[in-house]
Amino acid sequence: MGLRTRKLLARSIRYVIAVVALAFFLFPIVWIILTAFKTPSEFLKSPPVWIPQTPNLIYFEHVIKTGGLRALSNTLIISTSTTLLALLIGSLAAYALARYRVGGDNLPFFILSQRFMPPVAVIFPFLLFFKTLRWMDTHQALILIYLTFNLPYAVWMMRGFFMEIPREIEESALVDGCTPLGAFWRIALPLVSPGLVATGVFCFIFSWAEFFFAVAITKSQAITLSVYIVNFFGKMMVQWGEIGATSIVSMVPLFILSFFVQRYLVRGLTLGAVK
Amino acid sequence: MVATTEALTLKSETPRRKRRDLIPWMFVAPCMMVILLVTVFPTIYSLGLSLTKWEIGLQERPFIGLGNYIELFSTARFWRSLLITLLVVVVGVSIEFLLGFGLAQTLSGPMKGKRFIVAALLLPVMVMPVVVGYTWRLLWDAQYGPINQIIGWIIGQPFTYTWLAKTETALLAILVTEIWQWTPFMFLVFLSGLAVLDPEIFEAADIDGASGWTKLWYMTLPLMRPIIVVALLIRGLDALKFFDIIFTLTGGGPGNSTETLSFYIYQMGYQFFRLGYGAAASFVLLVFLAVFLTYLLKAFKAAVER
Repeated sequence: MGLRTRKLLARSIRYVIAVVALAFFLFPIVWIILTAFKTPSEFLKSPPVWIPQTPNLIYFEHVIKTGGLRALSNTLIISTSTTLLALLIGSLAAYALARYRVGGDNLPFFILSQRFMPPVAVIFPFLLFFKTLRWMDTHQALILIYLTFNLPYAVWMMRGFFMEIPREIEESALVDGCTPLGAFWRIALPLVSPGLVATGVFCFIFSWAEFFFAVAITKSQAITLSVYIVNFFGKMMVQWGEIGATSIVSMVPLFILSFFVQRYLVRGLTLGAVK
Repeated sequence: MVATTEALTLKSETPRRKRRDLIPWMFVAPCMMVILLVTVFPTIYSLGLSLTKWEIGLQERPFIGLGNYIELFSTARFWRSLLITLLVVVVGVSIEFLLGFGLAQTLSGPMKGKRFIVAALLLPVMVMPVVVGYTWRLLWDAQYGPINQIIGWIIGQPFTYTWLAKTETALLAILVTEIWQWTPFMFLVFLSGLAVLDPEIFEAADIDGASGWTKLWYMTLPLMRPIIVVALLIRGLDALKFFDIIFTLTGGGPGNSTETLSFYIYQMGYQFFRLGYGAAASFVLLVFLAVFLTYLLKAFKAAVER
């Protein structure tokens, strides 16, 4: 075999592998999207019909009528609030950790370790507190509880971003009489704004997709999309069309957001270990 | 920085200097208060809970010492859930690693349409685990699922195997689902790790006539080691908490043969209202997590000092 044919062969194998991988990783997503537009006679047919013959939007209408909008707005309110809180409290702490080395080496790692707290280890105390406070099934309960993983995450990520920017500007501002809080707010924070946005997007995504706390704490008023979708999986009947429609509503915003932070994707997913 | 602040504040009078030293601590204070409130305090409370008999219908919450733990360790269902959790962590994450690394190795380097391929391959990571569970439940469905349909095409006759109704194949389905969702994470991490390796040493190896396997084993793998360790530990830690996909894909069934530890604890709390017992089980999970975490923090420290 000549060198040219070998090179050509190697190149085509790469593309074949890429196509096989794409088929495997995209097929389930395409399938659930298509299901939302099928009729029951199509998804409840054995064997199933792949392409909906008369695509329809009745499941989206049904989802809107049965409280889907409330679930969507709850998810938006809860995810946005916990993200903003985590960024505000977290970046202030991260700044002190990065610039003044508060708590030395150990405090940042202690905070990072809190990110991995298993939800089941804290859920029962929360359940009892929220029952006493009458906070069950409320927004504030989930917003607070989501800080268990978002705040440690925000502190750790923002610390990394602050450590990367030069400190000279802040130092000269401090000499000129700027307060430390002013140096943080007016100088350091604008310099790390791309990192701030990326960290915020990840906090938002984690909260958006969270299920364990949501199913444990909410019932109807503060129900999020991840809990809402469970209602369509009945013991007697599974409403696949509605499950498909809600899945689309839950997926699209995250796909768009992940596209915007593509540059920070690896860093965000590996907690800053891989840049 | 410490030295600079010293220099800045040396001339000013002492009270003001003291106030300056306090300011960084004030920056950290709100964060530490929230962490104490939402993680540390509930964890300690949970430890206390695990030492009491706290169940529905009981007027009293008697202290029973290690009673819950003793019951836990003599319950087959608990051991089973622990075993399944470890199965996902060890087998699932290993396969994700192998597939992700292989895929990254294959697709690294210039390629037409690569941006699109990478972006598309990454989508599974961005799907809610709850949705992932339902989607795969539909895919595996005996009658309405395309998986049986495709197998039917291959073997040339209708195939209606009930994957999720049998323990062994239900476990297989769980592993496939977990691998589907998280292999892209491994792929992405290793792809960016491979991209920053110095091509010159590989060229030198080529001149020396090193084979592909030699380069992989003696160069790529050792150079990628820190990244591999971090990726495996992060995935392993998350997989220890495996819950959402069990909830929607198998519901812990058939029977309760595919429960993970998190799912078992959830059931104890929400179906049987055995809070003390559930809290005890959650501490077993916490111990496993702490072991993993120790290694992860070491890996992070190594990565920072690199």
